[in-house]
Amino acid sequence: MGVVISAEVLIFYAFAATALLGALGVVTLRNPMYSAIALLTCFLSVAVLFLLRHAEFLGIVQLFVYGGGIMVLFLFVIMLVNLYQLKELRLFLGQSRAAAVLVALMAVFFIALLAQVDFAPAFTNPEAFVTVEGEALGNSQAVAWSLYRDHLLPFEIASVFLLVAMIGAVVLGRKQ
Amino acid sequence: MTEITSTHYVVLSFLLFSIGLLGILIRSNLIVVLMSIELVLNSVNLNLIAFSYQLSDLTGQVFAVFTICVAAGEAAVGLGILLALYRLRQTTQLDQGTELRG
Repeated sequence: MGVVISAEVLIFYAFAATALLGALGVVTLRNPMYSAIALLTCFLSVAVLFLLRHAEFLGIVQLFVYGGGIMVLFLFVIMLVNLYQLKELRLFLGQSRAAAVLVALMAVFFIALLAQVDFAPAFTNPEAFVTVEGEALGNSQAVAWSLYRDHLLPFEIASVFLLVAMIGAVVLGRKQ
Repeated sequence: MTEITSTHYVVLSFLLFSIGLLGILIRSNLIVVLMSIELVLNSVNLNLIAFSYQLSDLTGQVFAVFTICVAAGEAAVGLGILLALYRLRQTTQLDQGTELRG
């Protein structure tokens, strides 16, 4: 009898691998257009990982906002700026070796720290993600309920923030 | 290895964070630096979702919505700054925009 591997484990490892490969592609590829496609791979893989953790609403939001909105922004800007002399330009800054060593040290330290943590059994109350006032409706409804009732002030601040960001982007982007 | 625990998610999220941080620190192209910032924010979301699941508490998911909102605003303003730099210098290389007064 071999070890039975569940679908969840397979999906996690497959999409974690594509997410990491996509992230590495963003950092190492020379052409920003290729970096953008690698970033899209990473975002879509992370959306699947959200679904595995029963965050269905956020998985779809990730698909729409990152995979749709932010990617289109990046692609538009890449097409606006002229990248013809790409081959002659430096890929990395002068500080890159020191930065790489520091980040690697930090990663080893924190992952060694995290490996010692023994988490309690997870997801002991599955109803919390789908229940609205004792009625099982769905994840979107539950998130909306929490967002509009318990977190109304942050929600309004977020709307003001987006307005400020929109005006800022328009002011920065217009011709002088 | 037979089930996915919160440790898996936190380690993955930390690896994505490290790669994003590395991209911010070493790349000389501003477009790719902005993409790396998105990677970092995305890894934060992954962490929030993992602990939301760990604690069976919806607040983590709600907070991730706000993180996505901040990421969208940051991308818009960051790319606006990039276009302003490009208009001034005809480049997106960070090491060519070094003047304090221009």
